[in-house]
Amino acid sequence: MKKSTFVLIFSMVLWSVVLIFSSWDQSVLNTIDLEKILMPPSSESLFGSDDLGRSIGPRIVSGARLSLFVVIIVLTITSVFGTIIGILSGLVGGKFDSIVMRVIDIFLAFPGILLAISLAGILGGGLHNVVLALSAVGWVGFARLSRAQTLRVKQLDHVLVAQLLGTTTPKIIILHVLPLIVSPMLVELTYSAASVILSEAGLSFLGIGVSSPTASLGSMVRDGSFYLMTAPHYVILTGMALMSLVFLINVAGDRLQEKLAEGYSRNIN
Amino acid sequence: MGKLESVFTRVITAFIVTICVVTIVFFFIHLIPGDPIVAILGEQAGLQDVEKLRTQLGLDLPLASQWIQFITDLVVGDLGFSFYYHAPVAPIIAKSTVMTFYLAGAAFIIAASVGISLGIVAALYQEKVWDRLAVFVALVSMSIPNFVFGPILIIIFAVKLQWLPIGASEGVLSIVLPALALGLSLAALTMRMTRASVIEVLREPYILAIRAKGLSQSRIMLAHVFRNALLPVVTTLGLQLGLLLGGAVITEAIFSWPGLGSLVIESISRRDYPMVQASVLVIAVSYIIINMLTDILYKVLDPRVDLGS
Repeated sequence: MKKSTFVLIFSMVLWSVVLIFSSWDQSVLNTIDLEKILMPPSSESLFGSDDLGRSIGPRIVSGARLSLFVVIIVLTITSVFGTIIGILSGLVGGKFDSIVMRVIDIFLAFPGILLAISLAGILGGGLHNVVLALSAVGWVGFARLSRAQTLRVKQLDHVLVAQLLGTTTPKIIILHVLPLIVSPMLVELTYSAASVILSEAGLSFLGIGVSSPTASLGSMVRDGSFYLMTAPHYVILTGMALMSLVFLINVAGDRLQEKLAEGYSRNIN
Repeated sequence: MGKLESVFTRVITAFIVTICVVTIVFFFIHLIPGDPIVAILGEQAGLQDVEKLRTQLGLDLPLASQWIQFITDLVVGDLGFSFYYHAPVAPIIAKSTVMTFYLAGAAFIIAASVGISLGIVAALYQEKVWDRLAVFVALVSMSIPNFVFGPILIIIFAVKLQWLPIGASEGVLSIVLPALALGLSLAALTMRMTRASVIEVLREPYILAIRAKGLSQSRIMLAHVFRNALLPVVTTLGLQLGLLLGGAVITEAIFSWPGLGSLVIESISRRDYPMVQASVLVIAVSYIIINMLTDILYKVLDPRVDLGS
């Protein structure tokens, strides 16, 4: 195994252990201790305290859990919905396909984050609306990719044969198309996870995401940035935590893509 | 299909998409949960005020005539009336748009120059130490959200070193930090694209052929490698210029840069919906136009691309 792969796996295991095994007790998160306001990291509190004297470490853990929770929900919604739309569009073709393509064009005409910001802003913050806004933006990528992949797979002999034999469309999709487009979709899934984490944090940073006192990495970065001069540890530690999450997911995506590309060229040669 | 014809098709498509986007933005005010008027004025508002504002906004008219009104207003440059400023939206938007384009342009220049030059260097030293370092730094940079990178830049360059100002009102230098924060991830992406693209072209048989013909290294690079390798980079950069407009929303909030992004965020918290509507519209339409110009530029650079399809 390469040394960098080892580091990657080690960091992922470390994050998982922290996320799973550190305390799930919600009451610690919001204990306000005015004696400890903006205390820098010490042996007593590894990550120091925030502007209300709450311990930063547990709040980072809780914020990261929230990020992953949002990622799982949003990706489940967007990947299932987007993939179904994309495969159908590619397989059925005709009028349906051109309508779907136009809708995708329109969605791509907005910068995604702007659409999410305006949706969350107008509907009001909160977990529900964040998930709604990010899902409304996120399905497009999956739809576009799965459509393109389906157009490729559709030409293959086994799909044509299945169609000639009168196999029903749902069966063709599940048995003959889906297995062949899974790998590129997995890569898309990884990169989307990174972008959902960043978007959720971005919305919370702007104050239109998950509302306080729930700990979100984005709102913690914002709170921390008010105390840049006096307590830089707040914004730096939270920022680093967010960054390392996204970094790990991005690296995993890169690795996955390389692996798939290798497998692909092996199959051709 | 002729070149002119395909450019024409592209312009028509952009126009249709614009109409659809305008329609979606038109529905914004109808998206507000509950009665938008109550949402705007608050629960305690008197019935008379509610009805007055409803007539003022034209929300008592049928949806179709509201839509036609919205479009005709847009055509004559009337973007609506701000609840907060008690003034037409258009002049305020215009001022902010200039600031946003100024910021996005600076970030774009930084990203393009840094990204392309580092990408070329990395490709030429492929798999050597410099290359690996550049690839790693790029991956890290892509993982730093601009709202984390912004405060870090402020801590280092404005607070500790005191080299650069933070606010927008402190002369030309004040654009440096926001532009860096906004441009970083695009620079990283451009670097990765350029590197991959140059490496791919270097592997082409025709490069081997002209090398065998005895062409000098610099001639090969300038006349053959870069011309072919930078094409896809130009396209992605163009698309990303649009994304910079989206990223600017957050970056502007960090640095209190008085652009469209700050305006959107402030207007959301002020419940100034006509302003939100108009700002989103301006950003989206700029995005469409930039994407269209990129496609056309790509077409001009590469005669093989068919814009019609």
